[in-house]
Amino acid sequence: MLPKDQLAVVLKEKFPESFLEITDFRDMLTIHIRGEQALDLLRTLKTDPRFAFNFLADITAVDHLEIGGPARFAVVYHLLNQHEVQRIVVRAWVDEEQPSLPSAYPLWKTADWQEREVYDLFGIEFTGHPNLRRIMTPDDFRYHPLRKDYPLQGRGERDNFPVVKRRIGSKWQEAKSVE
Amino acid sequence: MGVERSGGVEWLTTTVDAFANWARKNSLWPMPFGTACCGIEFMAALASRHDLARFGAEAIRFSPRQSDLLVVAGRIPIKMMPVLTRIYEQMPEPKWIIAMGACACSGGVFDTYSVIQGIDNFLPVDVYIPGCPPRPEAFLDGVIKVQKLIKRDSLGHYKPPVEETTT
Repeated sequence: MLPKDQLAVVLKEKFPESFLEITDFRDMLTIHIRGEQALDLLRTLKTDPRFAFNFLADITAVDHLEIGGPARFAVVYHLLNQHEVQRIVVRAWVDEEQPSLPSAYPLWKTADWQEREVYDLFGIEFTGHPNLRRIMTPDDFRYHPLRKDYPLQGRGERDNFPVVKRRIGSKWQEAKSVE
Repeated sequence: MGVERSGGVEWLTTTVDAFANWARKNSLWPMPFGTACCGIEFMAALASRHDLARFGAEAIRFSPRQSDLLVVAGRIPIKMMPVLTRIYEQMPEPKWIIAMGACACSGGVFDTYSVIQGIDNFLPVDVYIPGCPPRPEAFLDGVIKVQKLIKRDSLGHYKPPVEETTT
């Protein structure tokens, strides 16, 4: 793979409007890009023989509500080149209002469930995803709980469950305490 | 219960309640609902070293319709609670519930939106077993406490549930 400086030049040339920067942490390169062209960047990284990242290892997201950053959400793609055993991280920055990204499903089928997870927990819509449903929380859940403005203890989702009473007239009520 | 001798035969006199309770408490059929590490301790309680069979509760049934003791061993998330309620409602009367471990009793360390903060919010729990996870000895103690509850029960007090609950 290209070294960091050359990679920055190549990407700057290819994505002049949306390419932000490349950061380096313990030899792991991270490409920061605006969300609109994230799919194009991923396609380049997959198909260009200079990169050939053929495996999508993970998709996750970070809510930068309190940390700050170019936008509120960062959708993080971890790519792996299985021939040269090299990894790279792509951070696609998405704005707060109507957060949406093009789906990576056409490139890697494994994006299916991972994008559903990001959609479920962060509320980021992936346009072009074949089956964008909630994957972890119940189907009637109304919030996206990993957003930082969602309270840790929830907003009363547990309150509407039915309460099953003990059978009526049992002697247990009197004999509750066991010696 | 008492043993009497008359006519060269030995008789056992008892009350219906005492006899039924004796039979019930020594033949509990647990329905395990193990969702976490407490389930492993429950299995250990069944294995040869601790041997739940000594208390007559070794017939584990994975069908709620064949069991009378629901052992909730582990944390219950909001997505699992309707399932657990459905399972409890399928069990025939009389039935008992053990909340095994800190998570089933109170939510444990998982004070979050997704975990039920104690199944007793929604189900009538009879015996709580503390611990994270409880040792098999603690579980055996819980079973003995259920047996003590059953011993005080009475057939005469039994009435079918009046309130219909919905899931």
